Amino acid sequence: MSRKSSDVYMVSGGVTKFRKADPSRDFRLRVKEAFDYALNDINLTVSDIDGSVSCYFSDHFMRQVMAGAMVQDYLGLNPKPSKRLEGGGATGGLALQSGYEEIASGRMGVCAVLGFETMSQVNTWKGNEFIALASDTDFDYPVGGFYTGYYAMMARRHMYEFGTTVEQFAMVSVKNHANAMHNRFAQSPMKLTVEDVRNSPMVSTPLTRLDICNMSDGAAVAILASEEKAFEICDHPVRISGIGGGTDTMRLSDRPFGEVPLLPNEKKSDYSGLRYPGVHSFRAGRMAAIEAYNAAGITDPSDEIDIVEAYDSYSSAELQAYEDLGLCKYGEGGSFIEEGKALLGGKIPVNPSGGLIGAGHAIGATGVMQSVFLFWQLQHSIKKHFGSEKAQVSNARKGIVHTHAGTGTYEAVTAMEAVR
Amino acid sequence: MTTNPKARIEEIEGSRVVTNVDPLIVKEHYEINYLHSYGQDSEFFRQLGKGKLMGSRCRKCEYVYATPRGHCMFCGSETQWHELPLEGKIHTYTTCYSGSESFLNEVPFHLVMVEFEGVNSLFMGRLIGADEEDIEIGMKVKVKFRRNLQFSATDVYFVPDAP
Repeated sequence: MSRKSSDVYMVSGGVTKFRKADPSRDFRLRVKEAFDYALNDINLTVSDIDGSVSCYFSDHFMRQVMAGAMVQDYLGLNPKPSKRLEGGGATGGLALQSGYEEIASGRMGVCAVLGFETMSQVNTWKGNEFIALASDTDFDYPVGGFYTGYYAMMARRHMYEFGTTVEQFAMVSVKNHANAMHNRFAQSPMKLTVEDVRNSPMVSTPLTRLDICNMSDGAAVAILASEEKAFEICDHPVRISGIGGGTDTMRLSDRPFGEVPLLPNEKKSDYSGLRYPGVHSFRAGRMAAIEAYNAAGITDPSDEIDIVEAYDSYSSAELQAYEDLGLCKYGEGGSFIEEGKALLGGKIPVNPSGGLIGAGHAIGATGVMQSVFLFWQLQHSIKKHFGSEKAQVSNARKGIVHTHAGTGTYEAVTAMEAVR
Repeated sequence: MTTNPKARIEEIEGSRVVTNVDPLIVKEHYEINYLHSYGQDSEFFRQLGKGKLMGSRCRKCEYVYATPRGHCMFCGSETQWHELPLEGKIHTYTTCYSGSESFLNEVPFHLVMVEFEGVNSLFMGRLIGADEEDIEIGMKVKVKFRRNLQFSATDVYFVPDAP
């Protein structure tokens, strides 16, 4: 791909270790830790930053509105431009793209994307309630009121359509908990078996406790720069080669039954008889992938992508993402994990960092965290940051970050590419 | 005008509970009432009291929605109310053993998405009267209504159809 003057690069990143509860400091100080980590990694100072995009999911968790402005203030970024972006679970992924737009438009030369969430101030059940308020509160919330329930119904339908098994979902959990053991920022490193996952308490059939990520307190920061700035301030910038977004109905019940939007390497006949997306697949993820791949010049994701940081809020959601992202065809997600293709050392390692299941889920920080982990992979600097090179994907040159909101209501896919 | 340098703020026997000293953590309570309007969907909730489940039908492209909406998501045209059949089939399901705080006293409960003959989209609801192991995709269910209306989407629910 030829470089355009509007090319955007990621030049640094920082992440706090995600924790179930981190009350010794507030969200501002957590963002500061991640921000300082990112600045120090390439010897930047606050004065090098032209502006920011801040992001967190819910005002309910802290009952602090305009928390983004407080972060801007605390970091010493006033009076530069900033805004807060929110998009459910895709918040961080969307904010990264908003930062991309700040650079691509020429408005900023260096932009900080500041993601954070403090989820520990309410109990887990109240947290589930706040998250469920991101479903239609007239029709869905009063009936289910529980995101795991919504995703469980999607997982169940995927099993029915394609023969996917609960053991295949569990393999995703085993993989991501294991990968997290090589990541010092991760919340839930664990050595597990498929039996452990299946024997953990049932939350919403068929998903057990270990099929589901944890809520976290955490922050993550990505620094983006124009081409001109990137090579001046960073020895190993990573190019953001494409951004993509997709949407779908807020209510799962409204999803249509139509045709699969095809990737360049797919044919209509691959999916004859499949009614799409129904509730088995995520059309928004497919649309986001198509847009990002077009921009990045990727025509066969199953062959060209070396690494994926995918949104595994549930083990089932990661397996479904393999298909939405075109790592394999629809219906092949189960065999993709079972044959080891998503493992570290596999054909396309997915979530070598541990993902949300292994590393934790501080909603607004999550997409930014995933982006930072992918950035370090493409920089081949995992050993420096994780303290171990076991998670480094040796051939990592092209990768994608994938984030979800709702039941795939907003999705964001961002493609990145190593340039040195 | 008088000034009073000896003014003292009133001491409060507060309800704030300190749960930790370092860092200092205090427990705060918060509650609120909303005057929530169902707006253009009001008729759906009123009709539940008459034993009718109302979906929507697009006036232009004739797409039929099991869960009502005022305008069509395909063509943007206004929809009209469309009475749904009182029997359908399970499209997918789950049994929730945990949930949000407001629902914890209701677990375990079954959530189902139901398909209706001649209707293009699905409807989400609770299923009662069946054990977890009895539920399967394709199972026939009947629509039931709560008698003492709560004016909530839970005023409609499903039970297994007689075998």
